[in-house]
Amino acid sequence: MSDVRRTYLFWIALSGAVGLSLWKADVRMNDLFAPDARSQMAAMVRSMFPPELAPSFLRSMITPTAETLQISVMGMAVAIAIGFPLSLLATATITWSGILHERYSSSSRGVGFVPYAVARSFLSILRSIPEVVWGLMFVRAVGLGPFAGVLAIGVAYGGMLGKVYSEILEGVNLRPAETLQASGASRLAVVTYGMLPAALPALASYTLYRWECAIRASAILGFVGAGGLGQQIELSLRMFNFHEVATLLLILWGFVFAVETLSAMVRRSLAR
Amino acid sequence: MEPPNGTMTQATLPVPTDGARSRWSWALTAGISALVVWSALGTRVEPSTILSVETLLAVVQYIARAFPPDLSSSFLAEVGSGVIETLAISVSGTFVAIVTGACLAVFAARTVVFGSIGDDGNTRFWLRALLTSTYLAARTMLSLLRTVPEMVWALLFVFAVGLGPFPGVLALGVHTAGVLGKLFSEVFEDVSSRPLEALQSCGASRITMFAYGVLPQALPQCIAYSLYRWEVSIRAAAILGFVGAGGLGQQIHLAINLFFEHQLLTLVAAIYVTVTIVDALSTALRRSLR
Repeated sequence: MSDVRRTYLFWIALSGAVGLSLWKADVRMNDLFAPDARSQMAAMVRSMFPPELAPSFLRSMITPTAETLQISVMGMAVAIAIGFPLSLLATATITWSGILHERYSSSSRGVGFVPYAVARSFLSILRSIPEVVWGLMFVRAVGLGPFAGVLAIGVAYGGMLGKVYSEILEGVNLRPAETLQASGASRLAVVTYGMLPAALPALASYTLYRWECAIRASAILGFVGAGGLGQQIELSLRMFNFHEVATLLLILWGFVFAVETLSAMVRRSLAR
Repeated sequence: MEPPNGTMTQATLPVPTDGARSRWSWALTAGISALVVWSALGTRVEPSTILSVETLLAVVQYIARAFPPDLSSSFLAEVGSGVIETLAISVSGTFVAIVTGACLAVFAARTVVFGSIGDDGNTRFWLRALLTSTYLAARTMLSLLRTVPEMVWALLFVFAVGLGPFPGVLALGVHTAGVLGKLFSEVFEDVSSRPLEALQSCGASRITMFAYGVLPQALPQCIAYSLYRWEVSIRAAAILGFVGAGGLGQQIHLAINLFFEHQLLTLVAAIYVTVTIVDALSTALRRSLR
């Protein structure tokens, strides 16, 4: 097929898929601008103003805000604990393929392939199930509270970290590792001294980026009963107290902005 | 600007000495440790709790209760329609986001708004003020859109337009528009300015410069970002149902609240399969673009 025809075919297929989706998802943009919906939204926005700024309310929001931060930090700690060991197994250059394994017979490389495949598919299951679904299940398993949120972030983000870590490790230059191996270093020493130092800045940078995402996730997890700001937002919404919702959204906005700035600063200093 | 070789930079750039470097990394390590300890105390999650037999047992028991998954044909049909609705929400939401995000990104890209070149300082004051305020407004708007989580947007839109997949599409569209708008504007800012100079020297207008100078360079990266956000959207679309915005989430919420663990397992498996297929499709499309 010629390139032009392929391009046309691609765009036709794409517009077909989008059209079908818009129809299936019941998208009626007119509804959004219908007088009814407009007045509803206008009323909601109006009822958000002014945001609730009573000192007592603000003071009572300090704990949930801190809790959101704490859940994200602990979630990342668990995620690293799950993701890092699995990522070593899921790195092909460590377990079965590439220059470090040329000296082994194909059957012993096959033995290395088994943990690799298991680790990969396990990571894929962990990260493909959204953290909110994990959160709901953990709330059922270990009860309401921050612990369920920590586990949910830890499991879902462990899957993501593990995959990206292994991609970073597969990308490092293997020459130092090869040298170490040739001088008789153990597998652990080869990874620790030959591969990790080169990968460390990229690993740290990606972990920080994920932490930014984890803060947003930890705010959402409150909706399913895992504490933090999300729970407060849900409570205020349920009670139709939109003044409080506005304040909470502003807190979340400022908070996420501060963390993004901080994380960008650290990442820039890592890249140096 | 990348210098041609490294010899000059060593003399001119303030390279941190070993002392400064190690002090900085010590401070960083101490800060992170303090943060982790404070978080562990605040969430009352100690390492012993995570690794305790009770936790493990609770999780294993919960999973064991869910087996075997509910595979009756009537339920599978329900799950199938849930999957299709989730897919439809994610595609429509991403589509809305691309359109909205691209429109905002044009005004949030510094180089597009102010013109990267030929700014000879003669631009009138009021025009400059107008451009600056447009730029700042677009940036703030994008930041607001993406900071408010999809779930919160979904709740707000459910209030506005009622239950069903439509508020889900709007929620995804609005949040993802904030993310894509930021990414698009960065892509617009990073294009090579050579073609723009050529166009401008021929007397092209600002719009012509954007259409023929910026867009052709930016398009592949923008499409790649959109596909990546589609992968994120499918995960979000699967949970928006928790607040009444259609898709698999609604069924999951029901199954969890009614303790239908066998059905829950089927639904979670359905999410896994859907997400994996979307990831593979998106990766294949991105590769074919290259």
